[in-house]
Amino acid sequence: MDMKATKKKLGLKEKYAHMTRGLGWETTYQPMDAVFPYAKFEGIKIHDWERWEDPFRLTMDAYWKYQAEKERKLYAVLDAFAQNNGHLSITDARYLNAIKLFLCGISPLEYVAHRGFAAAGRNFPGVGPRIACLMQSLDEIRHAQTQIHALSNYNKYYDGFHDFKHMLERVWYLSVPKSFFDDAYSAGPFEWMIAIGFSFEYVLTNLLFVPFMSGAAYNGDMATVTFGFSAQSDEARHMTLGLECIKFMLEQDPDNLPIVQKWIDKWAWRGIRVLTLVGMMMDYMLPKRVMSWKEAWEIYFEQNGGALFNDLARYGIKMPDCVKQCTVDKEHISHQAWATFYQYGGAAAFHTWSPTDEEMDWLSAKYPNTFDKYYRPRFTYWREQAEKGNRFYSNTLPMLCQVCQIPMVFTEPDDPTQICYRESEFKGEKFHTCSDGCKHIFDDEPEKYVQSWLPVHQIYQGNCFTPSANPADPAFDPMLEVLKFYNFNLGHDNMDYEGSRDQQNFNTWRGLATKNV
Amino acid sequence: MQIDLRTVAIKPVRQTFDNIARRFGDKPASRYQEGTYDVQQTDIFHYRPMWEPEFELFDERRTAIRMKDWYALKDPRQFYYGAYTIARSRQQDAAEANFDMIEERGLADLLPAELRQTALDLLVPLRHAEWGGNMNNSFIAAYGYGTAITQPCLYHAMDHLGVAQYLTRVGLELQGPKALDDAKASWMNAPLWQPLRRYIENTLVVRDWFETFVAQNLVLEGLVYPLIFDRLDGEFSAKGGTPISMMTRFMGEWSVETAKWIDAQIKVAAAESPDNKALLNKWLAQYRGAALEAIAPLAERAFGADAEATLTDLTNEFNSRCAKQGLSV
Repeated sequence: MDMKATKKKLGLKEKYAHMTRGLGWETTYQPMDAVFPYAKFEGIKIHDWERWEDPFRLTMDAYWKYQAEKERKLYAVLDAFAQNNGHLSITDARYLNAIKLFLCGISPLEYVAHRGFAAAGRNFPGVGPRIACLMQSLDEIRHAQTQIHALSNYNKYYDGFHDFKHMLERVWYLSVPKSFFDDAYSAGPFEWMIAIGFSFEYVLTNLLFVPFMSGAAYNGDMATVTFGFSAQSDEARHMTLGLECIKFMLEQDPDNLPIVQKWIDKWAWRGIRVLTLVGMMMDYMLPKRVMSWKEAWEIYFEQNGGALFNDLARYGIKMPDCVKQCTVDKEHISHQAWATFYQYGGAAAFHTWSPTDEEMDWLSAKYPNTFDKYYRPRFTYWREQAEKGNRFYSNTLPMLCQVCQIPMVFTEPDDPTQICYRESEFKGEKFHTCSDGCKHIFDDEPEKYVQSWLPVHQIYQGNCFTPSANPADPAFDPMLEVLKFYNFNLGHDNMDYEGSRDQQNFNTWRGLATKNV
Repeated sequence: MQIDLRTVAIKPVRQTFDNIARRFGDKPASRYQEGTYDVQQTDIFHYRPMWEPEFELFDERRTAIRMKDWYALKDPRQFYYGAYTIARSRQQDAAEANFDMIEERGLADLLPAELRQTALDLLVPLRHAEWGGNMNNSFIAAYGYGTAITQPCLYHAMDHLGVAQYLTRVGLELQGPKALDDAKASWMNAPLWQPLRRYIENTLVVRDWFETFVAQNLVLEGLVYPLIFDRLDGEFSAKGGTPISMMTRFMGEWSVETAKWIDAQIKVAAAESPDNKALLNKWLAQYRGAALEAIAPLAERAFGADAEATLTDLTNEFNSRCAKQGLSV
């Protein structure tokens, strides 16, 4: 036989199709609905999985080769960083508090993303999207592990990094990012793709990933910036997957549009609420700032996101309604969040502090409409009190939003002096939310959100103490017992940066490294 | 002679994360340890999954196997992502060199027709079975419990995809795209492949992920890989089919490496309790019988009159491997 004739070179697209979707088959010994049990319950209609366009064409051997090369470089840098006391090259140890928030609040969620994409990579009946999801699952465990490994060196020298998984599950403000991912993973595979694949990875990633990594670069944090750069090409793949997924769903059936729109609206608002923590980090926690939260929002959401939604308009997708409120909120949320953490600094696993005069001037310049009018007086007053030895710590517990789980600290869209709250009723009980956006989400799926494990409610119900706690003891201090339940190193993880062990150690060690004592 | 550079020495406040220190003491930890132990959440989930409201998001009750500590199921290869990709990239370098050499020298064209046909009949349709292996392991990666076992199952799933893609290249190398179409038709309809396809489809609806692990990783791979990538490979090499062996070298090495990991999981789970052991024995007996039926036609095609002896031999080896892990055979 003449083999030469049949062995013409295949095109890349053709070859990749053989390597992937050619592998699947329609099962006959077991019904397809039993093999793919979660493909239909959300109401999304897919008629032809073959219409899926592979957003990137990567075979496993190429994946191993490229990724291994990146891993070799990354770990070489991390080894050098550890060997050369790289932690002393950062601008100031205050900076590390942003990274503590990242390790406790974000890295464990990269892990959940890994599991969620593994599930999506098993559950879609189409081979193309399954392989793309599995590669993302693999990337996500990479991100969780490279972050843990990069920040492991900081954990050896600084407080607040030491028990991140335990804290994520329990600590009040960490329930904000945790519940976000729990929410997405507890939904079906299509909603997961809109929540994480599209809204989080595509629309919001520039507001999460970029500020943290740029902040690291601006503040001399070689460890973080290295995993950030190393993850960039992975993130680019994830963005194209998220976009392909939404287009595919919309092209398959017109009935999918209202479902997809509802999910976009929900996950845009859920995501934006989580990003409050990023806004606070950018405006208050970086010794050397990259840009203000407001500027980041304008560039990455209003401009870039606007272009994206214009592009999606041909499918009938509209910009989420909540964006109107965001244009008001962008002037306020970072200040309101930092003010909250400043007050609850006794119950946070990172340090807080008063902004300096120079920092407040920067904030005035960046927020000419709001900072001097609403926030400078508050921070100035607290600082004066602290200087007199009355550093203010709130010992009460704030009420939390039933959906986003952030304390009710945000203000009414039309009145920045009035706390905003909304109320819904479900089965005779009242539930409170922080905004129209969260109330809307609650009212749409109350059965889901009444399940929320709200840290403050749980404390009041007595569910947040260690087994050795004895409420009958006259010396019982409930707040202290809660912090033990969180496994805080009291006095080291929490309280003001001024006078902290981190501050003292960093200054001493930097002295050792730069002076002849 | 040794030289010592002096560096500024700073005494660390702690050596590792608390969860690692609670397990191993406060001493320097490996990257496998820090990247694996306790990384999966275990406590306090906000919402029940809409797709399975009887369970938590991560829930140890999704299998009937019980472990006091799921992290006892550790990976002897200590694969975290970096170690895994670096190991595989070395193997793919070797595989790529083999494929390059075969293409450059036109070695596939020199194969005896009979061996070529055997490879087309037995290796190429197997890529669909490999895709089943991918699905079963991604199921465990998603719904299993504890990163120690779910993490390597994702790596294993991706390895199966890699193997399926190498087998695809074998088909393209030997005959071009027609080989893939024929193999697919054979997988769907030829009597040769129906028992194996039925076995795999039956595993795709199993809901207990540890049962999936036994059915797929221990039993099916434990019989198919030695049959195809050891015994049949020996035939290829002996009869002038070295180019085929070169194209499947990855699979031969891979199955030896991964069998060590699979054995370690079975051994630890069986040693945990008599209940676990009884369950594993039950699954072993159930799936071994089914798998032997499923591969009988393949052995027949590969070895003709020697098929029965080959299968008996394989079964004995497999049984002694299982016995070493504490199972009753």
